[in-house]
Amino acid sequence: MNYGPLVFLAAFFALATSWCGFVLTPQLQIGRLPQAHTVGGAASTYPVARPGLAQQGMEVYRANGCAACHSQQVGQTGTVLEIALTEAGTNQPATIAALLTLAEGSTDHAPALSLLAPVPSAPSNSTNATILAGLPRAFLRSSTREAANAAIKTLDATSAKAQLWIVPVGPDLARGWGERRSVAEDYLFDRTVMPGSQRVGPDLANLGARLPDANWHLRHLYAPRLEVKGSVMPPYRFLFEKRKIKDRQSPEALALPGDLAPGDGYEIVPTQAAQALVAYLTDLHADAPLFNAPMTRPATAEATTSTNAPAAPGTASTNAAPTHAAAP
Amino acid sequence: MSESSSPLEPSAASAGGPACCPIAPAEIDASCRLPLVVIFLCAAVWLVLGSAFELVASLKFHAPGFLADAAWLTYGRVRPAATNCLLYGFCMPAGLGVALWLLARLGRTRLAGPGLAAIGAGCWNLGVAAGVGGILAGGSTGFENLEMPSYAARLVFLGYLMIVVWAVLTFHHRRERRLFVSQWFLFVALFWFPWIGSTADLLLLTFRVRGIAQAVIAWWYTDNLLVVWLGLVGLGAVFYFVPKLTGRELQSRYLALLTFWMLILFGSWGGIPASAPVPAWLPVSSAVATGLGVVGVVAVALNVYGTLDGQCSKLMSHPSLQFIGFGVVAFVIGGLMSAAGALSEVSHVTQFTWFTVARGLVNSYGFFVMVMFGAIYYIVPQLVGLEFPSAKLVRAHFWTAAAGSLLVVVPLAAGGIVQGFKLQDANIPFSDVAHSTLPFLRASTTGDLLIALGHLMFLGNLAGLVVRYYRARAVSAWAAATAEIKPAEVSP
Repeated sequence: MNYGPLVFLAAFFALATSWCGFVLTPQLQIGRLPQAHTVGGAASTYPVARPGLAQQGMEVYRANGCAACHSQQVGQTGTVLEIALTEAGTNQPATIAALLTLAEGSTDHAPALSLLAPVPSAPSNSTNATILAGLPRAFLRSSTREAANAAIKTLDATSAKAQLWIVPVGPDLARGWGERRSVAEDYLFDRTVMPGSQRVGPDLANLGARLPDANWHLRHLYAPRLEVKGSVMPPYRFLFEKRKIKDRQSPEALALPGDLAPGDGYEIVPTQAAQALVAYLTDLHADAPLFNAPMTRPATAEATTSTNAPAAPGTASTNAAPTHAAAP
Repeated sequence: MSESSSPLEPSAASAGGPACCPIAPAEIDASCRLPLVVIFLCAAVWLVLGSAFELVASLKFHAPGFLADAAWLTYGRVRPAATNCLLYGFCMPAGLGVALWLLARLGRTRLAGPGLAAIGAGCWNLGVAAGVGGILAGGSTGFENLEMPSYAARLVFLGYLMIVVWAVLTFHHRRERRLFVSQWFLFVALFWFPWIGSTADLLLLTFRVRGIAQAVIAWWYTDNLLVVWLGLVGLGAVFYFVPKLTGRELQSRYLALLTFWMLILFGSWGGIPASAPVPAWLPVSSAVATGLGVVGVVAVALNVYGTLDGQCSKLMSHPSLQFIGFGVVAFVIGGLMSAAGALSEVSHVTQFTWFTVARGLVNSYGFFVMVMFGAIYYIVPQLVGLEFPSAKLVRAHFWTAAAGSLLVVVPLAAGGIVQGFKLQDANIPFSDVAHSTLPFLRASTTGDLLIALGHLMFLGNLAGLVVRYYRARAVSAWAAATAEIKPAEVSP
């Protein structure tokens, strides 16, 4: 019996379903994705096309196989709700009392108490006026919407103002690799999408926001261990040029210490490829809040990084000024 | 069922087809000789080149500055060059060569168009050379397992078609109409690649789709090539050689067909990593299909075990069987690793780590390359009618390849698990995570060395055999040409 045609049809059917499932449908669903609108705050469209030099840099990134070691996709394990105090209000003793009550009810007291940092010795003596520094600041994490709303109501009753922040969490985000998970929109305008499958080096999805300094990147490409101690990244000196200083040193020349410095009368300058690559690396941003990956970006940068980091002195925003004045 | 369940040599009863004058196996082998010798010899050369690149890449984990100042030897170019040499230089052409021979032998017919198939093999190898050169020159496309620049990828594709058209014609002209299961696997593999290859070329290189859909298509292509194509060809060879070399019947045709169906229906739906920034249904359906694929893997294990009648020591009886037996074990382990990776608890830890690399190597090297070694060690002596110059070298190759692949895979898998757990703990700084994998990566270099040594043995033995055969032919042709002409022969 001749099963040849049957085998052919079977395979045709199997591959056709797979093709429809993993080629056609994704193309219909995400291949024609329009620009998204950001949510929260001032709405804008996302993403925007990269500048020309950064687009050239992406070609350098592709040609040298940077994606063999670096992924460009961050994940998150979930989101938590954070309650942030935005204004201390006029009735401060009541606010502080409410804060202390809320802190006692939560498992992690530190963030709430850190708002009352200047008088840590006597936090229980809530009637004493204290300084509420570094507002707006998140002070309480809550996993359910109900608990969060109840906390906000408690604070609202004291004339203070509180907000609910959506904060994505996960190990990638805790490493500072991003502020939310990567979504399909992030790659919309990339000519070649290189999400990467290996993390020999750190994830680069949000590198531009993390390390915006172009000179840092140039020095790091030339001699990785100069900037990152014990880095396993190979140096990319072929992206640089050693040349004789003619009249005066080029403003682009790398400032290199000790034995890395070229000989007298010479300088190390980045080539066009290195400049383009760095323009690309510093252009990597995947941090716009979107409908399908919501997050709240607070007004002050310091407050976003971590809720339990102590407020650095001098970061108090203008909101805190009246509080200072009210303190005796 | 009238289908044959054994690939054993022609029985008189098989004359269901138009077997007016059965073709002797030696005649079939002679028709396959030229293209197969070209294919296998070039494949062996790519294997050696590939392991050289792999060694360079591996040594960069001992000293990041090693060969770092030459652009073409930077890690991000050498690593894809190595994988492309292995995949497109060795795996696919070797698989095609074995498929050509099996289809001719099982169909009891001469290979159609041997000379043109050899030209196709030349076109293929030209494409691979252009591709590997292009990757080293910085022309990589940026898509994993599809790095060859489009001009090279098209040459490779053309070469594939030029070989496969003769395989299909051979299949069509078969004199044994009844199909053995291996033919199911091989025949389907033949046309699987043109579909996935043309899709990848058109949608990723020619008319680029936008955004992350590119990555989805690249993952789909990779999975269909590495899991389905390699699986189909490799298992086709396994189901032929295990019964053939043990002199037993394949235990169950139905189990083999179950494997076939599982592979083409579910294997083709894998490959989307759980972490992918795409709508959730894609990774989820991919994970479900990968998990279901384990049924086919278990069916292979049961089938081979049953065919051997539980006497696994039989695998050591023939050098080719050693390789193929190793390949079957690796196939089962790789299948179980993939199925485990489909669980989100596992993939959470193993994603982005060396574990995924180890899993890929178990499938592509431990399974497929080893099965191909076994098949080539059996086929080539049949083609030229000579034994390998050194039988000891064949056994030595087996042990270096087996030890080498274990020394690569085990450290990488272990290192990947350590890396994965550390990546999940954000309190461990990233540089500590990177450093914790280094001892494992450095250990795997010894495995790479052993593998490279084995490849040299393979190339030496194969080239020695081919040279010996053609020298003998040249000598006899020379002798015939210069032989004294006896007067009787010129008389009218």
